[in-house]
Amino acid sequence: MTTYRQRVQRLPLFTLLTARTRLAIAAGRGAAALSRSARLGSGGVIGGRIALRVDPDALRRLARGPTVVLVTGTNGKTTTALMLTRILETLGEVAGNGDGANMPDGVTAALVAKPHAPVAVLEVDENYVPAIAAQVRPACLVLLNLSRDQLDRVGEVRAIERDLRAVVATLPTTTVIANCDDPLVTSAALAAARPIWVSAGQEWTGDAAACPRCGQVIFHTPKGWCCACGLTRPDPLWTAGAHTMRSADGRMVPLDLRLPGRANAANAAIAVATAERLGVSPTIAASQLRTIGEVAGRYRRAEVSGHTVRILLAKNPAGWRETLAVLDPGASVVIAINSSEADGRDTSWLWDVPFDQLRGRHVVAAGDRATDLAVRLTYAEVQHTISPQPLAAVVALPPGAVEVVANYTAFRDITRRLDDA
Amino acid sequence: MPESTFGIGLVLPDILGTYSDAGNAQVLECRLRWRGIAATVVDIGHGEPVPSSLDLYLLGGGEDDAQALAADHLRCQPGLQHAAARGAVVFGVCAGLQVLGTAFTTPDNVTHPGLGLLDAITTPGAKRAVGEILAEVTPQLGIEPLTGFENHLGRTRLGAGSQALGPVRAGTGNGDGTEGAMTGRVLATYLHGPVLARNPDLADLLLAWALGTAPSALPLPEVEALRRERLRAVRHRRRG
Repeated sequence: MTTYRQRVQRLPLFTLLTARTRLAIAAGRGAAALSRSARLGSGGVIGGRIALRVDPDALRRLARGPTVVLVTGTNGKTTTALMLTRILETLGEVAGNGDGANMPDGVTAALVAKPHAPVAVLEVDENYVPAIAAQVRPACLVLLNLSRDQLDRVGEVRAIERDLRAVVATLPTTTVIANCDDPLVTSAALAAARPIWVSAGQEWTGDAAACPRCGQVIFHTPKGWCCACGLTRPDPLWTAGAHTMRSADGRMVPLDLRLPGRANAANAAIAVATAERLGVSPTIAASQLRTIGEVAGRYRRAEVSGHTVRILLAKNPAGWRETLAVLDPGASVVIAINSSEADGRDTSWLWDVPFDQLRGRHVVAAGDRATDLAVRLTYAEVQHTISPQPLAAVVALPPGAVEVVANYTAFRDITRRLDDA
Repeated sequence: MPESTFGIGLVLPDILGTYSDAGNAQVLECRLRWRGIAATVVDIGHGEPVPSSLDLYLLGGGEDDAQALAADHLRCQPGLQHAAARGAVVFGVCAGLQVLGTAFTTPDNVTHPGLGLLDAITTPGAKRAVGEILAEVTPQLGIEPLTGFENHLGRTRLGAGSQALGPVRAGTGNGDGTEGAMTGRVLATYLHGPVLARNPDLADLLLAWALGTAPSALPLPEVEALRRERLRAVRHRRRG
C-alpha cells in the first residue's frame, strides 16, 4: 500500500490528459493572463470559465492528477486552505484558489494555472461542494463549521447540511476531517466511512438548536452536545487550543500563530490534522503556520493618513462573534457593510451580532448599508457616526489605531483601494 | 420582576430565531426604556413552561423542522394561548405567523396544527419569496407602510376570523396580494428579522395595545433615514 506521501511524490497524471483538456488549459491560461494584464481581475474566474467552455470535463480530468484537498464550511475556508497550502508545500508544488474564487470556475482555474502540481488545496463554497466533489473525488474533504450566512442567497443551513451529507456518502475513498463540536458538520461527516474528528470549537450555537437528523432539541453542555435520537458529539482525535493543540497521539503541539483569535487556532488544528493524514508531521506543520501573517488581505496592517489600520473580514453572526473578541480595545472601529449579491441582500443578520460589546468606543458606520448598521448600533446603544466611504472614515478619525471590519464586497473594495494607494 | 415592569416574552428564540428576529425584542425594550417605562425581555426557551403573565409575546422565524418543534411545544405548554385570551399582545414573524395560524404544511407534505390564534392556513408555494417587500397598512391601524425583507416558501390563506394588514405593493407577502394577518391583538407579518427596527409605527402600535395608551413621540433620525432609503430602493427596483 502506498502512503499519501509516496503518491504525492509520484509523477502527476498530466501526461494522460486528453488533447482537448490540454487545449482547455492553454485557453484558460491565456484568458487569465489577458484578464490580469488588462487589470480586470486576478484571472481566477475567467480562466476556469474559458477552460470549462473548451472542455466541459476539464475539472474532472485536471483533478485526476493531483492529490486534492477540498475545504468547506461557513467561516475559515480561505484561512484554512492557506494554512494547508503552506504546510503541504513541504511536499511539493500546491495548486490552489487562494484568491477565494471558490465556485466551479475558480476551482477549475486553480488547476489550470498549475496542472503539474502534485497537490491541490481548494476552498469550495458550501453550496458547490456536491457539484465539485463529484468531479474531483478528493483525497480529503475538510468540514469546518456551518452557520447562517447570506440566507437569501445560500438558503437555510440545514438544507446545506443535508446536501453535504448526501455527497459525503458517495465518496467512500475520501477522508473527511471534521469539527465534531459542530452538530451540523458532525451529521454530514458521519456519512463518511472513517471521519477524523477535530474538536475545533463552535462558539455560535444559534443554528444547532434542533437536531439535523431528527428535529428534536440538541442539548449543549460544556463538554459537548447530544440529541435524544442518539446523535452525539464524537470523541475527537485532535483538539484545538489557544496556543497548543493536542495531536492524535496525545502530544501537545505548540502553535504560536501570528494570526489572532480562537477561530484561527481552530482552523490551524484542522489544517494540522489534515496535513498529518497526507504525511506531514504536526511539528513541521506548526512551524509552517508561523509563516502566515495575513490571509488574502485579512489582518493586513496599513498606514492611512497617520492611522495604523488593521483590516478584518466578518460577514455573518458566527464570524463577528470571533472578530469582536480580537479587536484591540484601544482602537477606533470602522464597520463597513454592503449588500451586493455576494454579501446577501438581507442585512437582518446584523441583529444577531452582539454589537453592545462595542459600547464606550468610537464606531463609524460605513458601506452601502451604513444606515442599517447605524440603526442597529442605535438600538445596541453604541455611540457612532455615519461615513459611507470606509477609508475616508478612517482619515476623519483622531490619530491612532483603527480596526476596520468589513463584510465581503466592502472588504474587497477596501483592499483594492489600499493596493491602489 | 416588579409588577410595574413591562414584560416582553421572546418565545423560543433558540429555535425561532433564524432570521435574527430577537432584534424585535431589543427594539421594543429600548423604545419603552427610552420613554421611562421599565421593561424586561424574558427568553422562553424550548422545554420550558410558557408564562402567561407577560404583556407582549414575540415569535420569530425558523426552518421547517424547528417550526414544527415550536408548534408542538407551544400546544403542550399553552401559556401563550392563555395570555392571548386575556388580551396580551402577540406578534409573529414569518414562521411565527404560520405557527399562530390554524395549520401549516411543511415542504415534506406533513400538515401540522398551529395554535389557532389566527384564522390562517399555510401551504408551500412553488418557489421561495425572497427580497425586499413593501406593504400598505389598512387605514384603521393608522400607521405608515411596512418595509422589510421576506424569505419564505409558505403561502397563507386567511379565513373570516382574521384580516390582512394590507395590500402588498412590492414582494409576495401572503401570496394573494395581501400581507400579514390580524385578529384582535394578535398580529403577524412575513416581513422577517428586525421588522420593528424599520417600522417604528408598528412597534409603537403593539406597545399602545399593550399599554392601553399611545406612547409618547420618539424621533430617531437614523430610523427615518433608513425608511426613506429602503422605500427608495424598492420603488427604484419596481421602475427598473
